[in-house]
Amino acid sequence: MHTEFLMGNAAIAMGAMAAGLNLISGYPGTPSTEVLETTAKRKTGDIYVEWSVNEKAALELAAGAAYSGARTMVTMKQVGLNVASDPLMSLAYVGVKGGMVIMVADDPGPISSQTEQDTRHFAAFSKLPCFDPSSVQEAYDMIGDAFAYSEKYHTPVLFRPTTRVCHGYASINVKDPEEYLVNKPEGFIKDSSKWVIFPRLSYNNHIKIEERNEELSSVFSDYDKNRIIPADESSCRKGIATHGISFSYVMECLSGQKAPCILKVSTPFPFPEKMAVEFLKDLDEVLCIEELDPVIEKELTYICGKYGLSVKIRGKLSHDVKPAGENSCKSVSENLERFLGIAPAAVIKREDMPPLPVRPPVLCAGCPHRASFFAVKEAMKGKKTAFCGDIGCYTLGNAMPLDMVDTCLCMGAGVNITQGIGKIEPDTTCFAFVGDSTFFASAITGVVNAVYNQADMTLIVLDNSTTAMTGHQPHPGTGRTMMGEIVEKVDIEAVLRGIGVKTVETVNPLKLNEAVDCVKRVASEEGVKAIIFRSPCAVLIKPSAAVSVDEDKCIQCKKCIRSLGCPGIILEKGRVKIEKSLCTGCGLCTQVCPTKAIRGGDCNE
Amino acid sequence: MNKNILLCGVGGQGIVLTSKLIAAASMAKNIPVMSAETIGMAQKGGSVFSFLRTGDNLYCPMFPEGTADLIIGFEPGEVVRMLSYLKPEGTVIVNTHPIMPVTAALSEGSYSGEEMLEYLKANVKKLYTLDGDEACRRIGSPKVLNMVMLGGAVASGCLPFTLDEIIAAVEKTVNPKFFDLNRKALSEGESLLGK
Repeated sequence: MHTEFLMGNAAIAMGAMAAGLNLISGYPGTPSTEVLETTAKRKTGDIYVEWSVNEKAALELAAGAAYSGARTMVTMKQVGLNVASDPLMSLAYVGVKGGMVIMVADDPGPISSQTEQDTRHFAAFSKLPCFDPSSVQEAYDMIGDAFAYSEKYHTPVLFRPTTRVCHGYASINVKDPEEYLVNKPEGFIKDSSKWVIFPRLSYNNHIKIEERNEELSSVFSDYDKNRIIPADESSCRKGIATHGISFSYVMECLSGQKAPCILKVSTPFPFPEKMAVEFLKDLDEVLCIEELDPVIEKELTYICGKYGLSVKIRGKLSHDVKPAGENSCKSVSENLERFLGIAPAAVIKREDMPPLPVRPPVLCAGCPHRASFFAVKEAMKGKKTAFCGDIGCYTLGNAMPLDMVDTCLCMGAGVNITQGIGKIEPDTTCFAFVGDSTFFASAITGVVNAVYNQADMTLIVLDNSTTAMTGHQPHPGTGRTMMGEIVEKVDIEAVLRGIGVKTVETVNPLKLNEAVDCVKRVASEEGVKAIIFRSPCAVLIKPSAAVSVDEDKCIQCKKCIRSLGCPGIILEKGRVKIEKSLCTGCGLCTQVCPTKAIRGGDCNE
Repeated sequence: MNKNILLCGVGGQGIVLTSKLIAAASMAKNIPVMSAETIGMAQKGGSVFSFLRTGDNLYCPMFPEGTADLIIGFEPGEVVRMLSYLKPEGTVIVNTHPIMPVTAALSEGSYSGEEMLEYLKANVKKLYTLDGDEACRRIGSPKVLNMVMLGGAVASGCLPFTLDEIIAAVEKTVNPKFFDLNRKALSEGESLLGK
């Protein structure tokens, strides 16, 4: 045992390796990505690591390995589980041989996600056990428990941390490699009565699953990470029920106060009913402090009804706790002050603050997506258009002044949404923008749909040769794997031609005139056609020399700022200036300037 | 001894690494440490913060408002944004150089940072200002702002570490190619605050 300063996601990876992990797969997504990356970086011995093409593929791969007796982990963010839900729901009926942990990171806020969905519901829906850690150390310890329960009960289990646990750092106790469990997979043993899902098997296993979950509810009532912390004064008839990082906030806010009885729920499904009854029996009133959905609140309300307990259960449903967004020490202390009648902490009121600079996330200086969006915008000036965006850095193309994302729904959706708009509004020129990683993850079927169903649309693939938004993971188009192999790249152009897209042009978006001409030419054709804008992510390449403004030529029209919104172009005392620390020398602005006052840039060499 | 430290500024200023160095210095002295920061959607140029706490009986990395012993501010406006976290008797070290957001350039608005500094002067008793960017120019690298700020933080006496302990953490954590440059920047920051 030794101490390390680890990110929550790194702790989960280290904990899984200590538990004898054989295979890990996943698809990048904030806040889950670092689990798989840490495994690749820190692995000792023979662990197979892969970024799969999407979450569904990752889960199915891990299921196959778990059928063969391997200890496997799958990592994804909460919306990734929607993609993987088809195999998940069936796998719950079939079960596994080796331990299988499905690590799904939820994102209260949401801080970097489309939804505030709660994976604890997915656990109940799929009838799979779920673990919900409250700190970095607990995440490390609990992942080993998750593997043990999974293997003992032959079922995949969900492991559901949230952003503040995933991305928090702490100095924690971790095992030395010599202490790691070693799991030697037995291999796949054929047994069609077990591994082939049929209605009869589902019916029989459904009965077993319900029995198992009843047993687990009881087992989890004695699980040491579900806890009742007694009140400081036994006469106190109020209680707090909480979970995850909110438990840490509650403990933080109550330090130095007379604390009521606290129930910490680490296994939201199956719910530790026996322990909950024990918690409730001497109380009059309970406040549930949860993030995302009122899962504990509903369970306790149900248990009160079932056991005839007259305890008032409060929380989100009673409007005592806010319905959306993440909790914080501040929100929790306000909840506790109202519920317990304790005096609010003295915080200095600051009212006369000057207006703060607004810093929304923007495309980086030198980002090739800016050039791609601008080229399409220029080419389509004055035309009736629909620009359907997708998930990735390029969603930021919606910001002013580009304003080039009309829709964004979920991974790969833009390709199909633009077809729908085109069917209803045939006079609209319809575009779908998709990044290279998203193209492989979930846009290819959309293109097949478009070709088959005679859509009229232009697909724009923004190919920066990486998965940029989540921190530059490789994908099928990069020719690199997480095992360090150099493999043949899956060629986007060849894929599109294989599907039957007749016009596919590849162009460097930073060569503005060529890019604009290409868009005009291709978009005027009928049917499904595609442009691949290929230029590497600005963060991954060595920047060129910054451009500079020729003060004599600059007429201060500020067209560069108004059309591009590049963070590398700033105003200093009202005059246009290049921020040298940010400029990558991409040269896009030199092509926009009407007086050629901006000098330098790659594209002009 | 428990300390709550908040580092804040703009993406690309090296805030996350600075936080890691303080954590490494803490680990070297066997003091428990926790931290949390903005990552993910925060692109270069977005607001970035790192909460860091050292000491015993820590529950969560993000401490409540009104409890920071020290704010290390890499940009004046960002300190104002996070000032509610400062203890009444807490210390602030701020780099005086402002960073204009893209939104200000677009609306042709002005943002000089001066009103931010005025506000800090009026509202923070223990305020240290230093021109970190000028220091970087003297040292000859725009990349060492974080070391200048960290040197200043050590000089403020609010960190439970000496400059040597921080230098040891740098030696262990950062690319040795930059060690001499970083050490120079740390000393520069330390002496700037002494003035």
